[in-house]
Amino acid sequence: MKNLSRSIFFILGLAGLATWAQAQVSVQQAWVRASVPQQQATGAFMLITSAKDSRLVGATSSLTPSVEVHEMAMQDNVMRMRQVPAVELPAGKTVALQPGGYHVMLMGLKQPVVAGDTVPLTLSFANHDGTSETVQVRAEVRPLNSSANTSAKPAEHKH
Amino acid sequence: MTDSLRPRQLRRRELLLSTLAPGVWLLSGCQKEPVAAFNGIDVTGAEYARGFTLTDPDGRVRTLADFKGQAVMLFFGFTQCPDVCPTALARATEIRTLLGADGARLQVIFVTVDPERDAPVVLKAYTQAFDASFLGLYGNVQQTADVAKEFKVYYKKVPTGASYTMDHSAFSYVFSPTGKLRVVLRHEQSAQDCASDIRQILHAA
Repeated sequence: MKNLSRSIFFILGLAGLATWAQAQVSVQQAWVRASVPQQQATGAFMLITSAKDSRLVGATSSLTPSVEVHEMAMQDNVMRMRQVPAVELPAGKTVALQPGGYHVMLMGLKQPVVAGDTVPLTLSFANHDGTSETVQVRAEVRPLNSSANTSAKPAEHKH
Repeated sequence: MTDSLRPRQLRRRELLLSTLAPGVWLLSGCQKEPVAAFNGIDVTGAEYARGFTLTDPDGRVRTLADFKGQAVMLFFGFTQCPDVCPTALARATEIRTLLGADGARLQVIFVTVDPERDAPVVLKAYTQAFDASFLGLYGNVQQTADVAKEFKVYYKKVPTGASYTMDHSAFSYVFSPTGKLRVVLRHEQSAQDCASDIRQILHAA
């Protein structure tokens, strides 16, 4: 038993080392809102966690040449969206790009994005220590009427 | 001498009665609209947002009067909006579901503040993606400005990188079945809160 637990510990240790060596930004639950024909733009949402202080500084996609990082802000009940140069990613904190906040804007669409497809995204990160990295993501396309995956209230279920 | 004082006393009493009487009359329940407690902003009796004249995706001119007998919930937005507009329309579908049988008496309308990009075919597909009953409406640039002014809706075209976005008010305007503006719902209000207000409006008088 002692040998087994030691081996497990060793393997876990190796796995930990391997994680350390890989990209230290993780992107989860990436999704793109479906669009209708002739709709020229849509948004991508995701959860980003960086092990060390970093910032999202850009995004590209083979879907369209026109990709920007945007922030939506409500001010006095007026919605405003603006391109932002970066989204701060404090070490260890999961930052959500979701309705109500940030999103990646995909513009100049030549054809609709259909629910069930996947959209390839390349995200660029600038770490505070001067290093940079990119992460490739395959975002699933969800229906146009999807709610944020991190919505606080579950839908009421009435019978 | 009471005789000389009487005319003045009478005048004062008359004055008092004439000011009290209308108050008593009001309290007796002769008001047209019952007093409601809304979660949204109660704008009953508002002198603005009296109606609209816009075009639907099939080319027909529609006005508020077309929807008499139904409550109308009207939202201003644009289809290139990946956040607020889909969220508001998704909430509208939830509201309709929460209303149950009353849901059929709610007409949801989406007015585009971006007619340059929101062609009729786009508008129709967009609203249909949420619910078959939802209606998209548009006008030309002048008509859009006119309806926004009537509703006191703020909107502005803002360049962003390669394209442009639209800043816009994120309120939903709810009209009674008699075509009177009753409540303005805020973007952050829950579907339950909104449905409760609309249910009141549908069952009033």
